Amino acid sequence: MSTTAARAALRPAGRTDGSPQAGPTGNHRRHRARWAAVAFVVPAWLYVAGFYLYPLAGSIRMGFQNYTVSSFYTGVAPYVGWANYTAVLHDSHFGRTVLNTALFTAGSLVFQFAIGLALAVFFNRRFPLGGPLRSLLLVPWLLPLVVSGTAWRWILDTDSGVLNHVLLQLHLASHPIPWLASTHDSLIAVTLVNIWVGIPFNMVILYGGLQAIPGELYEAAALDGANAWHRFRHITLPLLRPVTAVVLTLGLIYTIKVFDVIMILTQGGPAGSSQTLTTFAYNLSFQQLLFGRGAAVGNLLILVAVVFAAVYLRSTREQRQAGR
Amino acid sequence: MLFPLYWMLNASLLPSTDLVKSSPTWIPLHGTLQGYRNAFSSQGGHLLVSLGVSAGTVVLVLLIAVPAAYGMAQLRAPGGRSLTFAFLIAQMIPGVVMANSFYTAANTLHLLNSPLALILADSTLCVPFAALILQTAMRQVPAELSEAAVLDGAGRIRTLLSVILPVTRNAVITAGLFSFLFTWADFLFAVTLTTDDDRAPVTVGIYRFIGAHLSDWNSVMATGIIASLPAAVLLVVAQRYVAAGVTSGAVKD
Repeated sequence: MSTTAARAALRPAGRTDGSPQAGPTGNHRRHRARWAAVAFVVPAWLYVAGFYLYPLAGSIRMGFQNYTVSSFYTGVAPYVGWANYTAVLHDSHFGRTVLNTALFTAGSLVFQFAIGLALAVFFNRRFPLGGPLRSLLLVPWLLPLVVSGTAWRWILDTDSGVLNHVLLQLHLASHPIPWLASTHDSLIAVTLVNIWVGIPFNMVILYGGLQAIPGELYEAAALDGANAWHRFRHITLPLLRPVTAVVLTLGLIYTIKVFDVIMILTQGGPAGSSQTLTTFAYNLSFQQLLFGRGAAVGNLLILVAVVFAAVYLRSTREQRQAGR
Repeated sequence: MLFPLYWMLNASLLPSTDLVKSSPTWIPLHGTLQGYRNAFSSQGGHLLVSLGVSAGTVVLVLLIAVPAAYGMAQLRAPGGRSLTFAFLIAQMIPGVVMANSFYTAANTLHLLNSPLALILADSTLCVPFAALILQTAMRQVPAELSEAAVLDGAGRIRTLLSVILPVTRNAVITAGLFSFLFTWADFLFAVTLTTDDDRAPVTVGIYRFIGAHLSDWNSVMATGIIASLPAAVLLVVAQRYVAAGVTSGAVKD
């Protein structure tokens, strides 16, 4: 490899096109090379068609079909128009589920971001063992959610869970709180765990953003007599804005489709009190075996994701332009 | 932040009787490895399934993502831009929608409970991510390098294998490791595509284990610790790749 690199360096300068011989045949050859390149991306296109477009089309079609268990045996699933959608919208749980999804998402985003930013600012100051400690904090993000969710399930246990024990000892609670078993607390509990899961991601991306802010700005501000809060408010926050936009939109797109955390902690219960659109879709399809309705909810979820995807793509474009 | 992890480790070493006492035991002084013995005997098979599925997915993902990234970044294949866009959008389709479709497809093709179905489904979590990371890395390889290889008489495949891949080794490792982790951690596809308990990956194994043995926290936590090993190993062995991978657009749902 090093010899190839050396030869590349020795090669006479001035030749700009990639083909060995420019000229009348060079053009033709370049054209052919361009199409030969297609061979490398064809598998990826086929993959996109087979594993994203086809399932997507299947889900949209299924949303208009009465697709049930018997459809699997008979292969027949009659088209029913918008019946699945009307059934879902009139489901007594639907309003609660949408509200839960909104609360879960908003709560997760706000606290993940605030705590992630605080940690990023903290690690942005150099101190011994900062690096290893920072990567240690990544562990919660890399662990299978089934594992961390299970650990939390035990921490939140009403009688032998350590959280209730600590709360009682500190007299912050007068009686054990049934985190996962009460309709009042279950949404709070799953949001709490999801915040914990998302903090490392926010921290890492925001830390990257902080690293890109030139230190001279802070020095100049300090000379002008700005205190720490002013520097944070007038330098860090504005310059972090593009990264913030990316973190929040990505976080949003990923939070509205969270499945594992809720499924492992509460299965959406009790009585649908921690149900979100994702677990609702799963329940309709795989517990009640109403695949058509499950697909309908899934498609509503796609609609939400597409809207935010558009916002996301716009924000990254703005960021790229700002970076130029 | 790290307390839940400590608490899991602590619990995995304590005898079950200590775990249901009214006051918690903070340090496992009278520890036992019984939980780990139970974990291996009940989850050993699931761990093997996970290992096989994860390794298979890594191979499949690299087979698709490496040539695609090479074609887009180095050969400037027509339609490369729209392929990038397609991958960006693909990451945003909710997993539950995919699961719904994959279930019916696997059922039609008689692939339910087959590791192959899981490999194919799990690859959808990793291909866009791997392709985007590899593409970014390959874009930074100077064109002179591959031109020189062509002058030396190497074909495109030869150039990719012996020039581009060695140079972009870090990105390939990142893509492979993250594909392994994503697949290892997958729960949604695993729980929807495996109905047969013996064929289930470890995530589903733990999930069903909790359902059946809710009081046996010591074995459950020991299984959790074992199932976390890939992430721990990854963090130690590949710390710098991980940091690079995360910042170049890693995403997880």
